[in-house]
Amino acid sequence: MKLFRNRRSWAWPYILFLVLLVLLPLALIGVYAFTDQAGHFTLQNFVQFFSKSEAVNTFIYSIAVALVTTIVCLLLGYPAAYIMALRSFRTPAVMALLFILPMWINFLLRTIATVELFHMFNLPLGEGALLFGMVYDFLPFMIYPIYNTLQKMDVSLLEAAMDLGANRVQTFTKVVLPLSASGIYSGIVMVFMPTVSTFAISELLTHNKITLFGSLIQRSFGEGGIMMWNYGAALSLIMLVIIGATSFFGQNDNDDSQKGGLL
Amino acid sequence: MCPNFTKMAKSDYIIEVNHVSKQFEDGKFALDDVNLKITKGEFVTILGPSGCGKTTLLRCIAGFQVATSGDILLNGQDVTDMPPHLRPVNTVFQKYALFPHLNVFENVAFGLKLKGIETREMERRVKRALKMVSMSDYEYRDVDSLSGGQQQRVAIARAIINEPEVLLLDEPLAALDRKMRADMQLELREMHKKLGITFIYVTHDQEEALTLSDRVVVMREGKIQQIGSPTDVYNEPKNCFVANFIGESNILDAVMVKDGLVHFCDRDFECVDHGFGENTAVDVVIRPEDFYIAESKAETDAEKADDPWQLHATVQSCIFKGVHYEMTVLTDNGYELMIQDYRMFEPGTQVGLLVKPEDIQVMRKERLCNTFSGIVKEDNRVEFLDEDWNINDRTSERFAIGEEVEVEVDFDHVNLQDDEDDGTLSGEVHFILYKGDHYHLTVRTDDGDDIYVDTNDIWDNGDRVGIKVAPSYIRLYKKEQAKDETVS
Repeated sequence: MKLFRNRRSWAWPYILFLVLLVLLPLALIGVYAFTDQAGHFTLQNFVQFFSKSEAVNTFIYSIAVALVTTIVCLLLGYPAAYIMALRSFRTPAVMALLFILPMWINFLLRTIATVELFHMFNLPLGEGALLFGMVYDFLPFMIYPIYNTLQKMDVSLLEAAMDLGANRVQTFTKVVLPLSASGIYSGIVMVFMPTVSTFAISELLTHNKITLFGSLIQRSFGEGGIMMWNYGAALSLIMLVIIGATSFFGQNDNDDSQKGGLL
Repeated sequence: MCPNFTKMAKSDYIIEVNHVSKQFEDGKFALDDVNLKITKGEFVTILGPSGCGKTTLLRCIAGFQVATSGDILLNGQDVTDMPPHLRPVNTVFQKYALFPHLNVFENVAFGLKLKGIETREMERRVKRALKMVSMSDYEYRDVDSLSGGQQQRVAIARAIINEPEVLLLDEPLAALDRKMRADMQLELREMHKKLGITFIYVTHDQEEALTLSDRVVVMREGKIQQIGSPTDVYNEPKNCFVANFIGESNILDAVMVKDGLVHFCDRDFECVDHGFGENTAVDVVIRPEDFYIAESKAETDAEKADDPWQLHATVQSCIFKGVHYEMTVLTDNGYELMIQDYRMFEPGTQVGLLVKPEDIQVMRKERLCNTFSGIVKEDNRVEFLDEDWNINDRTSERFAIGEEVEVEVDFDHVNLQDDEDDGTLSGEVHFILYKGDHYHLTVRTDDGDDIYVDTNDIWDNGDRVGIKVAPSYIRLYKKEQAKDETVS
């Protein structure tokens, strides 16, 4: 009984969870990435990746797609969040809900629906469809954190800026934008990270015509059989490093001004 | 800044507010035909309880809100629709509104940076402004690390560095503790003298208003009640609201017998007021510290009639308030008065009271009874305030059915019920005034009409009540036909 009284012991299930399902897989990825099938240390997996221009190109293309998706989401999402947060609508909460609503439905279903939509209007699947689908899927992840920071912003700060001589544009660039930086940052991370590693969306929306880095990894494990596991692990590690880099990017000046971002 | 302002100094007033009204979406008036003229260099305080429209008025001057009607002139120029960033005024916000992403220096320099002042000059001016508010060593501190008082100082520095012609202060000291508030009040006064610019200061704290300002503007429910110097509004309040809101006061029903003679507490008093007419119902205000109080030895009525005291009373309670004692006394003829004196009189003590003629402030009554406009209906009924009321059948005979009439009900004939369903009409107690021997209540009906009630019962602000009037107390009068109504 003493075991339950000690609050520290409550953490054990979670620690177990983290070790088994996060740390162990990570360690396995590391081990597989740097070994060959026989289990000997090797850098061959990385050499294989960097020597194949097709693989590197896929990697660069995936990052480009993720970047474009993120930028489009930001350009579309920020104004939406701004309009809702400024209470130009009587029921901003309802509007926010409508933007979040698609998140209630599994993204695979949404993607299949998007494919049908393109068929319905006789639009070709491909790069355009891919970008459309990605933006559609990830837009809420951009809007929500930005809306959150903007909504918590004190209106008197905007009034103070105007009072001190700032016009609308200056009020926005000098007060609203810097104060919503943490939300923008959260939004970027939340859109960029999953889009880099997407595979199902790209396969469905391009009819497998375009291969993204996520698909490459998936194929290494799925179709390649046990032979490709080491290579797939190396690809995963490369992606992890890239994603890790983005989430640390710009974080230093964000520690205390973060108010309401999701991360 | 707009160059027009520098060359336009023709107007005597730096700010003119002309017939400004502000109506919100729900139809309520936050400002109702406000007129205010402020001269250059004045320290004006807008004082009133919360919801009286004082902040709305300030925000209209700052440009954050646009008046529904009327206009606002700054230095003679119409700025009613001018956006805030073009107005030569700066605001100190209630909750400071410092930019959290900027440090103290950057906050203060915000306005200068926008104007494109060069770096050296900017640094010099920021240092000077921070010195003025005694925050010299805090330039590179994070604003979140400052205390409330320090943040307020930075907010003031940020506003005055732009050398505005008018500084607007929206309850700037409300969030500070008492001691700090008193210190800041003194500093604000000093600053006002040094800068020589106009200060418009909004507060709900009457003491603060009296301490700081050259002129006080008392507001209530969107209307200006009185404008005057602190001594004016304290010593010569224009109406019961002002008298009651500023300082402690005894407000009593009285009759102005003739010039210089007023009757209340069942006797005549000499006073210095003129021009109210003869035998006119008025209100009198006597400040608790204006009564002379002393123990009285007189016991019989004859003895009392002989001694020089104007009123005889018994002390009911006595509370020590620091500098003085605050006593409630009950006069022999049944009036309860509040008296302040530096001497203590034990409860139960027989005392005599005197008040000097110049300490009696006589005020015109705003109304003598409730008046409504109504329509005579069938079955001895009359409609007013959107309800049907029974009336005396003899009254109804004098009027045709459907005729528009004036309806009068005396204050003391309005009957308030505990249960709001028991009344013909329901409402809420909105304002309470103690008149020595009864309460004068303002009851606001659910439709927003006011009914005034004299009662001996004790009600609280916000109490829900049912309103009833006995048929025989509803008086009807012929509506004075608007004969000149024809439009030429």
